[in-house]
Amino acid sequence: MTVNGSAEPVIAVEGVEKVFDVRRKAAGTLRRERHQVRAVDGISFTVPPGEMVGYIGPNGAGKSTTIKMLTGILTPSGGRVRVAGIDPSRDRTRLARRIGVVFGQRTTLWWDLPLRDSYQLVRRMYRIEDARYARNLDACVDLLDLGPLLDVPVRQLSLGQRMRGDIAAALLHDPDVLYLDEPTIGLDVISKAKVRDFLRTVNAERGTTVLLTTHDLTDIETLCSRVMVIDHGRLMYDGGLDGLHAVGESERTLVVDFAAELPPVQVPGARWVRSEGPRQWLAFPAGDSAAPLVTALAASHPLVDLSVREPAIEDVIARMYGAA
Amino acid sequence: MAEAAAQAEPRTPAERTPGTLAESVRAYRLVVGMWMRSTTVYRASFVMTAAGNFAATALDFVTIMLMFSHIHALGGFTLSEVAFLYGTASTSFGLADLLMGSMDRLGERVRDGTLDTLMLRPAPVLAQVAADRFALRRLGRLVQGLLVLGWSLPRAGVDWTPVNLALLPLTLLVGAAIFGAVFVAGGAFQFWAGDAAQLQNSVTYGGATLLQYPPALFSRELVRGVTFVVPLAFVNWLPALHMMGRPDPLGLPGWVDFAGAPVAAACCALSWLVWRAGVRSYRSTGS
Repeated sequence: MTVNGSAEPVIAVEGVEKVFDVRRKAAGTLRRERHQVRAVDGISFTVPPGEMVGYIGPNGAGKSTTIKMLTGILTPSGGRVRVAGIDPSRDRTRLARRIGVVFGQRTTLWWDLPLRDSYQLVRRMYRIEDARYARNLDACVDLLDLGPLLDVPVRQLSLGQRMRGDIAAALLHDPDVLYLDEPTIGLDVISKAKVRDFLRTVNAERGTTVLLTTHDLTDIETLCSRVMVIDHGRLMYDGGLDGLHAVGESERTLVVDFAAELPPVQVPGARWVRSEGPRQWLAFPAGDSAAPLVTALAASHPLVDLSVREPAIEDVIARMYGAA
Repeated sequence: MAEAAAQAEPRTPAERTPGTLAESVRAYRLVVGMWMRSTTVYRASFVMTAAGNFAATALDFVTIMLMFSHIHALGGFTLSEVAFLYGTASTSFGLADLLMGSMDRLGERVRDGTLDTLMLRPAPVLAQVAADRFALRRLGRLVQGLLVLGWSLPRAGVDWTPVNLALLPLTLLVGAAIFGAVFVAGGAFQFWAGDAAQLQNSVTYGGATLLQYPPALFSRELVRGVTFVVPLAFVNWLPALHMMGRPDPLGLPGWVDFAGAPVAAACCALSWLVWRAGVRSYRSTGS
């Protein structure tokens, strides 16, 4: 499936808001105070078919609330949402056939039953024709290594195995849109890589539109051409990942082990951060290359070891928010 | 509205789904099937809880029998007549409890946010919640109610005219529908009050116990309450008193004894509205 640049957006969000009434006990009294929390505060964006978008932000920023409005679980307090042309909160069950959802911390699989039984339920609930079901299941089993797990009760699966099982369950009915809420949370490095490879394949081969929230920058870097940053219910950034680093004025860190303890070194293009014995930390703009720094350092002092630390997404966002 | 009409795209035949009721029954059966399979994983546990359930409810009636070994009448009712009340109330309640008893687990799903996963399936949520953790062991209560009812039928002094013959199964179904409506409304209430299961239980389980005894035992205010506020009296008191040829304690007009079906329909409609409002106000939790 090819992506048509002029295609109608598959997700269209216009000035959407979600306001929660919160009741809290006022300090020292028994009376409860009511006040409003604007979990999502006027967000607009569109996603064309076939795009993979990362949706990031600190805890409590409104990521999950947005996704829940895009699935119809939550009714927006204001604004307009359309997914595959459907108003999610109005026509939730009809939309359910067009979308797949994976909540990283919540399984849809049946705890005491073999994985295969959960898939059979999906087949019946979504009324998937036998041929299509067999084809999709085979593809998932093959790409996610689920073969030996199909007859194992879900409660005996590891977290990574279960996540792969959940992702397959969300794709058996060929959804147009796939929402993933923290799909790699708690997984080991190998499981994360498997999940990412699979998502890339699904996106490339089926043209499935993917919207994923994550705390893992690597998920975004390996999968998404576009990233949206949300904080305090507002969209802070919407664009490419490089642009995010530029906007966030983020810095990478060069960690240098010198042969001996030295006073803070001065290198053009870098800023000394701290020292600890013979080890020193130098910050430099994320967009710059580390090579000239290393050359300059090696020319002036004997080096034992080097490493470069990428900026943490949280720091980038924190700095963006501080700048705003 | 014009905008909504413009947005509504024509549905392809594959997308068209049968009516909500048919869809609900289908989803209910699918989910129940999964829970039945899940419980058979623990076969021994299932057999023991089913037997325990039956024994516990059976003791209920044994208590009444023991009471009658010391007295001859309870509120002017003989043992057989009380058994008739007990049997009709237990059967109706047992049926509702078997089919809809899981509604009181909704609070748990609302609190931990796992209702989300049910809302993501292309099937009515009410049917899925009603089928959630379906437990066949609840059959014990229904069987016990039917046994007591069967025992009382020839003894309770009911004149088995065609009208009374027709009224009995209707009463059982109307009763189950009223209890079912209370289960749904009580479950829906948990969308707002995190844990209202006990309030609901006081109406369902408490109500079922109340109805097992003659209304003459209770104060007029309570009897009035279960007639006009939560219309449990229509479950069995009014029709059962009619069948046994006894006057009802509130002295209502005779046609009220037959008003069960419309009352049950009204209860179901009302609980459906409460349920819809509850789903719309669902807030979910965390991430």
